Amino acid sequence: MTEHLPVLAVFLPLLGGVLQFLLGSRGLPVWPLAVAALTVGCVLLLVGAVGSNGSIEHAIGGWDPPLGIRLRADGLAAVMLLLTAVVGAAVSVYALGPHGKASPQATHFWALWLLLWGSLNALFLSADLFNIYVTLELVTLSAIPLVLLAGPGKTVAAALRYLQFALFGSLLYLLGVAITYGLAGSLDLALVGPALADGGLAAGLAAGCLIGGVLVKAAIVPCHVWLPPAHGNAPAAVSAVLSALVVKAAVYLLLRFWTEPLAGLSGTLVAQLLGALGAAAIFYGSIQAFRQERLKLVVAYSTVAQLGYMLLFFPLAVSQAWDGAVYHGLAHGVAKASLFLATGNVIAYVGHDRLRELRGLDRPLALSVFAFGLASVSIMGLPPSGGFVAKWLLLSAAVETGQWWWAVVLIIGGLLAAAYIIRVLRYAFLQAPGPAVDVQGPVPSAVMAWPATLLGLLAILMGFTAAPTLALLGGLPGATS
Amino acid sequence: MSALYEAMPLWVLMTSLVTAVLVFIAGEPWQRLRVVFNVTGAVLKLVLVGIMLRGVHHGHEFAVHLPLLPDLAIVLRADALTMLFATLSAVLWLVTTIYALAYLEHAPNRARFFGFFSLCVTATMGIATAGNLFTFFIFYEMLTLATWPLVVHRGVSRSMTAGRAYLQYTLAGGAVFLLGVVLIYALSGSGDFVAGGHLRHLADDHSGMLILIFVLLVAGLGVKAALVPLHGWLPTAMVAPAPVSALLHAVAVVKAGAFGIVRVVYDVYGVDLVQSLGLGDMLAVAASITIIYGSVRAIQQTDLKRRLAFSTVSQVSYITLGIAVGSPLATIGGLVHLVHQGLMKITLFFCAGGYAETHGIHAIRELDGIGRRMPWTTAMFTLGAFGMIGVPPLAGFITKWHLGLGAVSAGQYWVILVLLASTVLNAVYFLPLLHRVWFRASRQEDNGVGEAPPGLLGPILFTGVASVAAGLFAAFAWSPLGWVELIVEREY
Amino acid sequence: MSSIPDPFGLAAAALLAVGFYGFVTHRHPLRRLLAINIFGNGVFMTLILVARWMPGGPDPIPHAMVLTGIVIAVSATAFGLALVRRSMTQEDGDRREPDDD
Repeated sequence: MTEHLPVLAVFLPLLGGVLQFLLGSRGLPVWPLAVAALTVGCVLLLVGAVGSNGSIEHAIGGWDPPLGIRLRADGLAAVMLLLTAVVGAAVSVYALGPHGKASPQATHFWALWLLLWGSLNALFLSADLFNIYVTLELVTLSAIPLVLLAGPGKTVAAALRYLQFALFGSLLYLLGVAITYGLAGSLDLALVGPALADGGLAAGLAAGCLIGGVLVKAAIVPCHVWLPPAHGNAPAAVSAVLSALVVKAAVYLLLRFWTEPLAGLSGTLVAQLLGALGAAAIFYGSIQAFRQERLKLVVAYSTVAQLGYMLLFFPLAVSQAWDGAVYHGLAHGVAKASLFLATGNVIAYVGHDRLRELRGLDRPLALSVFAFGLASVSIMGLPPSGGFVAKWLLLSAAVETGQWWWAVVLIIGGLLAAAYIIRVLRYAFLQAPGPAVDVQGPVPSAVMAWPATLLGLLAILMGFTAAPTLALLGGLPGATS
Repeated sequence: MSALYEAMPLWVLMTSLVTAVLVFIAGEPWQRLRVVFNVTGAVLKLVLVGIMLRGVHHGHEFAVHLPLLPDLAIVLRADALTMLFATLSAVLWLVTTIYALAYLEHAPNRARFFGFFSLCVTATMGIATAGNLFTFFIFYEMLTLATWPLVVHRGVSRSMTAGRAYLQYTLAGGAVFLLGVVLIYALSGSGDFVAGGHLRHLADDHSGMLILIFVLLVAGLGVKAALVPLHGWLPTAMVAPAPVSALLHAVAVVKAGAFGIVRVVYDVYGVDLVQSLGLGDMLAVAASITIIYGSVRAIQQTDLKRRLAFSTVSQVSYITLGIAVGSPLATIGGLVHLVHQGLMKITLFFCAGGYAETHGIHAIRELDGIGRRMPWTTAMFTLGAFGMIGVPPLAGFITKWHLGLGAVSAGQYWVILVLLASTVLNAVYFLPLLHRVWFRASRQEDNGVGEAPPGLLGPILFTGVASVAAGLFAAFAWSPLGWVELIVEREY
Repeated sequence: MSSIPDPFGLAAAALLAVGFYGFVTHRHPLRRLLAINIFGNGVFMTLILVARWMPGGPDPIPHAMVLTGIVIAVSATAFGLALVRRSMTQEDGDRREPDDD
């Protein structure tokens, strides 16, 4: 049973999504929810198995590589699957609010969302470069139509730009795969390392294409331009998934490559360069977030900034940095999903998200504002929260390796995050004469308010659950200690 | 039973954390239920702190470890120093809760207020019971976040500005502090609070680094302790409601900073190391400058709460000064001021709140003749002010006496001059005020309103009398002074 | 690998260069989509080239990858074209230029 769990985690949601297309709006929302619940159960079993027995591998249909496809669930994959399951569960419940009633739009949402979930699981479980290319494309092609669900006219330009960058990024990546195959004669992540490490021109080109392609997908400055409009205009549930999981998947690939096929690059100028890109993302994203006039764009630019922290792993490259970068990814995923869902509730209630016109929302939207506040603590990297533990680990790594400039980046990044978060939160407390908002929609139902709140609470709780999570992750691959 | 008993610090934290959660859940409509939660939580905490006090007095040390990372744990611990701060907080929390209930009787958003109020006390208790620097930092930042909604509670643009200044200072301070904490952990592998410090073995090879870390830590803590020039947020934070100001100045925020400095000097570095690195003098000078500067600025203020705020800037640095001088007697003076200043300053702020709430008085010149209409409040105000000046046998005198003796025994005679100058300046900004309230004719029409309502007056009387008692009965073993002597006995 | 410039290699490099240049310089969505396709063809060409390099004659795996890649490229391009069309009809309605960066 255990060795089939990876397959189930991938194909349950994929088939569920395809079937939803065929069913149309029949079976909504029971069918997709059942699939989601099964997927969560499957992932939890899988994670439990990885936690107790270590990595699990499975060759689909009994075909061995290179012809067959090999799925591999190791610690890194397990924590990412877990993050996806947690965020996915919350988003699925939340989506009952806006997408719960049978309609063509709802059909599209659930079908695409399940496809996206399956593709993400497949991406995390893939163990060869080409399979990763296919899953990356699957993720992109199911994510972009989700953006379009925000309604006609609002998001076409954003989706188009997203598509262009995503396609270009994956082709760049594929070029890297092609050269790698030429050099190594294999696509297996575990086998191509030596060929890429030989330092020749072709190897450098391959590594550059692999990294460059993934950087575009991860929206790292200066390839971030597609992210804010897409994440800032999509429906709330979709924004949450995109910011918490989809871009995270790309950064995950960077971490994965760095510790396996590209391990030879560790400690080189490339590592410092990636760190510098991360720092640039932190500063640029934070400053842009501070300048936005719309709540959702603040949150979207915050993603641009927060992804930068994960890149600080590359120059630091010790096991604390590894723990810190991955934990940051998890904490950010949970917190950011909470922020987007809470923002969605604000929009559902007020009808817009123009900051200057949001006043005194803490009473009607108490739960959502509360969720926003809790998640913000993690985003700002203040204790007690998952974000803080991650920042602590990264800071310790910076000090331990004597690279104090990254410590400064981390500290300033935290302050900048506080600046843009507080700028938003103060509107909740600001009292204005007259009614709080002009037009008030219905107060979001519990189904929409609680997922955000629970994710916010989880973001805080993650300040205390680092030890088991990092035990599951299992330390920096290849580290001696 | 014994495991439960050993985990007392955790339960003390939980009383106010659970109260905060319950208050948030009860929300705005359930007014009476909220009051019940609040008062029960405060009383329960007081009882638990009393039990802990007894245990610590008999030489027991409570400790709870919550492992967080392989080599890092959240440690809650109760030693004698913890209990000094924890008892002060627990007592004043109950009093302030009662005061705030009366003060905000008809104000909006009370659920939010009392929720964050309880969180704020949770953080303060966490700071008191923190057993290592990491834990201390967690609660130190939590305090910042929990206090901000209280500062901006009124929601007007003035409080928003104050809130922004508050966060700018405290978050920046927190960031600097964090850097110091990380460096300590990287350098020594541990940030545990150990009596006498645990860094002495590093003094030979890493003295430069130790000095840098000390500066970072004290700068981070100095923001909350309002060391000049890091004090800018404190006077502007005055726009907060009176109970918040009282709490900020007497127990929570400034005391957290001062308490942190005490911990760093005694339990991380150790007095000897601090003195041998020459850091004691540096700290003493910074504290002295703050004492004088705060007093001078207080004289210039025309708003009552602002004058009291600058007075806080000045008075809190007595604590730092006592620790920086480093002799046992000076330490006693500094530590006991943690309690004395708390009692006196909370009385003064309660009175200021009473004046504002009952007669709408904010500016000092409006205070003329208020003594005749609010005799009890004004009497307590007078006692608090005399205490601050250091009139014997009141609490402030006990502090200054020990500080002076301590300075002499450490051979630092210049400290006496600072104390004298400060006393004169205290008199300059308090005595004319007292003259006004008692001897000038009232400017206001008599509107038939007299004394503050009982909900306000009760706490005022309690803290006023307590501050006098702390001075009068200083010789008893259970007085703040008696307890501090116990602490110092155990430290040295 | 031979030292003589391989016409396949040259063609692949040229396609990649033209595609990249087009992607960077053009803002019109249709042109960008075309540029991406040209770049994609360059990538597929490289894969075919790689298949030829492999010891032991043409390797089937890169060919399989090209086929998969083409399928994905075709569907993505179709999706992109649909989007372009939708944005065109929409721009006729109101000429607002969306710009969020």
